Amino acid sequence: MLEQIEKIRVAATEAITAASSSAALEELRVRYLGRKAELTQILRGIADLPPEERGPVGGAANKARKELEALIAASAERLDAAELDAKLVADRVDVTMPGAPPRPLGHQHLIARTTRLIEDIMVGLGYEVAEGPEIEHDYYNFTALNHPEGHPARMLQDTFYVQSHPDVLLRTHTSPMQVRAMETQRPPIFIVIPGKVYRRDSDATHSPMFHQMEGLAIAEGLTLADLRGTLLALSRALFGDTREVRLRPHYFPFTEPSVEVDVSCFQCEGTGVLPDGGRCNLCKGQGWIEILGAGMVDPNVLGFVKENGYDPEQVQGFAFGLGIERVAMLRHSIPDLRRFFDNDVRMLEQFS
Amino acid sequence: MRVPYSWLREYCDPELPAEELAERLVMTGTEVERVEVVGPPRPDNFVVGKVTEAVQHPDADRLRVCTVEVGDGGPRTIVCGAPNVAAGQTVAVALPGARMPGGEKLRKAKLRGVASEGMILAADELEIGDDHEGTLVLDDALAVGTPLSQVIPLAEPVFEIEVTPNRSDCFGVFGVAREVHAVTAAPLGAEPWAQDAPAKGEGSVEDYAKVTVEVPDLCPRFTVRVLKGVKIGPSPLWLQERLAAAGQRPISNVVDITNYVMLLTAQPLHAYDLDEVPGGELIVRTARAGERMTTLDGTERELDPEVVLVCDRDQPSGIAGLMGGQVSEVSDQTTEVLLEAANWNGSNILQTSRKLGLRSEASARFEKQLHPDLTLRAQAIACKLMVELCGATLVPGTIDVAAPEPSARTLRLRGARVTAILGMEIAQGDQVGYLERLGFGVEVAGADLAVTVPADRYYDVTREIDLIEEVGRLHGFDRNLAATLPNVGEGKVGRLNRTQRLRRRAEDELRDLGFDQVVGWSFTDPGQAGRLRIEEPDERADPILVANPLSDEGAAMRTTLLGSLLDVAARNLARGREAVALFEAGAVYLRGAPPESGGPLAGDFPGNTPAPVTEPHRYGALAVGPPAPRSWRGGGEPADFFALKGVLEALAAGLGCPPLAFEPAVEPFLHPGRSAAVSVGGAPLGWLGEVHPLVCRTWDLPAAVGFEIDAAPLLAAATLGEEEFEDVTTFPVIRQDLAIVAPVDVSYAQVRDAVTAGGGDLLQRVELFDRYEGTQVGEGKVSLALRLEFGAPDRTLADEEVSALRAAIATGLEALGAVIRGAGGEDHGGET
Repeated sequence: MLEQIEKIRVAATEAITAASSSAALEELRVRYLGRKAELTQILRGIADLPPEERGPVGGAANKARKELEALIAASAERLDAAELDAKLVADRVDVTMPGAPPRPLGHQHLIARTTRLIEDIMVGLGYEVAEGPEIEHDYYNFTALNHPEGHPARMLQDTFYVQSHPDVLLRTHTSPMQVRAMETQRPPIFIVIPGKVYRRDSDATHSPMFHQMEGLAIAEGLTLADLRGTLLALSRALFGDTREVRLRPHYFPFTEPSVEVDVSCFQCEGTGVLPDGGRCNLCKGQGWIEILGAGMVDPNVLGFVKENGYDPEQVQGFAFGLGIERVAMLRHSIPDLRRFFDNDVRMLEQFS
Repeated sequence: MRVPYSWLREYCDPELPAEELAERLVMTGTEVERVEVVGPPRPDNFVVGKVTEAVQHPDADRLRVCTVEVGDGGPRTIVCGAPNVAAGQTVAVALPGARMPGGEKLRKAKLRGVASEGMILAADELEIGDDHEGTLVLDDALAVGTPLSQVIPLAEPVFEIEVTPNRSDCFGVFGVAREVHAVTAAPLGAEPWAQDAPAKGEGSVEDYAKVTVEVPDLCPRFTVRVLKGVKIGPSPLWLQERLAAAGQRPISNVVDITNYVMLLTAQPLHAYDLDEVPGGELIVRTARAGERMTTLDGTERELDPEVVLVCDRDQPSGIAGLMGGQVSEVSDQTTEVLLEAANWNGSNILQTSRKLGLRSEASARFEKQLHPDLTLRAQAIACKLMVELCGATLVPGTIDVAAPEPSARTLRLRGARVTAILGMEIAQGDQVGYLERLGFGVEVAGADLAVTVPADRYYDVTREIDLIEEVGRLHGFDRNLAATLPNVGEGKVGRLNRTQRLRRRAEDELRDLGFDQVVGWSFTDPGQAGRLRIEEPDERADPILVANPLSDEGAAMRTTLLGSLLDVAARNLARGREAVALFEAGAVYLRGAPPESGGPLAGDFPGNTPAPVTEPHRYGALAVGPPAPRSWRGGGEPADFFALKGVLEALAAGLGCPPLAFEPAVEPFLHPGRSAAVSVGGAPLGWLGEVHPLVCRTWDLPAAVGFEIDAAPLLAAATLGEEEFEDVTTFPVIRQDLAIVAPVDVSYAQVRDAVTAGGGDLLQRVELFDRYEGTQVGEGKVSLALRLEFGAPDRTLADEEVSALRAAIATGLEALGAVIRGAGGEDHGGET
């Protein structure tokens, strides 16, 4: 009897291992473990065996049955996976078809991006950001910035005025906010002021509307050397770590001394000459590119806010005004200022 | 201001190449825009010649064949087209090999068969004046073969200087020379007015002229001299050359002299034909209201009482400081000249110049406010030249009607202050040197200086800081100046404030929701409101107008962002784009005082005086066509009301705002059935909707949908960055689907509110997942399918609890005439 059981076990193991489909396996399960199967019959007939055989035979039969059951389960798993794979292989897609387009991302306008860039640099230098109105009183745009009535300096910037309000204008620079800020905040003050400004001018390098970033720093003991250091840091952050700045004396009514600031050309490394020997087109062979106007805040300007802690004998400082489009044009080789306001999406999409 | 180098060198010769001097000037505050070379690029091969014979060309009526000695051996044959060329003339000759202005090289040439070995030059060929008709005839005393460059400057570098408004002195060549002296320390020649003209005429100036100044505050000084026996004629060549190089056309000796002296000293002069001034009497007065006069340019102008006139006994003869009149102009017949050098109130000149739209070389100088002393300097030089060049005799005396002269100004320059402002040390000796070379009087007082301001700089240098600028700029801000960073203050860091961070976030969200950011024009044309169908009394129909726009397109300030967005969309579609999704973050401009709170986004800016108008910052978005492209899997539906509503809700949600509320609302530019007023927490934000088809047609767009909302209330409602931790529940939620049939005129919001009210706190989520209108639900009805999610933070809900809530919801819906249909599917979900 024991031999018979062993024979069944071996035969069944062989057959189950060889089964190649779930159906065949099921057939084997019925054959070897079903109600009419030999092994089942043996187990049922155990009671009829002599008592001394019952133990060994029952044990062997049960062991064989458990072993086969485990083997069938393992084979079933193997066969199911293989059959699923076969089904999946049949269910294939053309992987070369285009992917489903996600909702496209939009694009940040280059002016906004450049504004943030400059803000972030200045925030890194300890500045805060302030904003003022675009339609301004003459007082803030001119008078309090040391452009007295009838002064030729007013002619420097051709101004748009508001109809029937001769004292109201579109600000010609972001500088009016210098005065507003000093009226409301006592020194020390370190702020930048981004925003739209307007001048009555229109060609490839002049737009009646453009953007400026004003900087204002007032505290005890600030000097022109601090202005130079600040602008050097800003220029390097914007145009590269090897840039130098050059301060040329100039005239602005609300700063004194006033300077125009050049940055060494980042295309020709300040040589004015390109590697191929040609003249650098960016700096026109000068080696320097004018980027902004600046200066020490004129005591007359501080005089307008003296009672708020800005006694020019106690505190002093500097201001600068940077054209945001100018920076963007230099950084991204944009040829014409007017492109910024054309808003051609083919251009917008070039800058994320 | 154009400054010929040869003229400059007459007073100060730094012995530097022009480009190098220009660089030195630029780095010390005199803006040389460029150095231009006037005349031939090189002086070689230009010589003095003598015409020994001039005969008619055999084959050309207009040409003559000349024999010219040029001092290098045998005579040369030169074919010449000038009608005045004649034997015996001393002329300027260009020989083959000479480079002409413009750069081309002169060669031997055959002209109608006759070989020509050079060119006899006319004035314009040397770029002195525009005369091409006649040969330039030189002084016979000149030796044949003399290099022409010894007669007149050739290859003359001219500095083109952009004079800043504070430096009226640099509107004169001598002022620039003093600057060169200060910058380079090259010696400065004597002041050209140091020697006055000899007055050899008879009598005294009072015998010929009389001056009355009625407005001394507007005319601080008026000086007059009289010259007799004046012979009008062309100026000598050197004078013509200088004027031409400086950009002034030579006219006649008297006029040229007045221009020359102005260019030298910055003081304009005016020469009258004394015979044409009745009684030699001049009156300075303001114009009468409505008074008219014809200026030298032939224009008749209407004047007002702020305009100052110089009049003769009968009529105005010129607008003070701006332009003369035709009546007493110097002409070829003039023999007696009344020479005026006056000083005017700069602000008044500036004002008049702007009012009349009239600018001249004179007004450009007067408006900067000249010192009254300059008048006599100019008189001295001009009279000397008139005597020398026009054969004139100066009548003794000067009529000098002068208001009290401004008192001399002495300023204290503290040595410590120089260092404190500039952040660099300048030795006191250097400071003294710089200031003295600039013409200041300096006395040392310990560490400080007492500095007296010269007349040329009187209105420019009024304070210590002005002196600091002077010594600083001459010392140089380049190599001497350190680059230091200021200390921004103890315990201070730079940062954006919360609103500024939220603004960036909002813009980023709109970008990430698929919208391209645009920057639209702040101005538009006054007709835009009409194109948007906005009518009075809507404030958006009454834009702030620009008094002096560049064109009608920039005559009104925008009152909506929609207009700009439609413009941009239309422009892009016209260029072949099929779809655009655009947003703008920017201001609109509305009449009226700004709010007193809300911060800069609302138009409430810092400062003692509120902004003159209201400038709310807004977000505007506009979509035309599908927001996402069509693909082989579908999609590509054009954006509609709900697409933009989703965007707006996502924007608000991303900022942590409470849910937005939408109510049907009418805007003139929107589809009346597909437009809503948006608010958050009861605060109005703006509008959302599909653009009215008529508006789309105006902009040539197929369809468009957008929104425009105020940034201030949106960001005020934002909680982003202020979130507090809320524990997540571990208890399962119960999900139920509800099919509701409601009358079609009941809004979804009403249904949702009824459901929410009935569901109470345990109803955590309501989601509309289907809407059906049609025969199966019956006429006038709509079926809404909602998924509800019930849960509690502290326990698993019992089915009975949910059933009770469901019943409450049903009751609430009944009040709307809505019913729950059938039994919804039930699903015990997992954890939320």
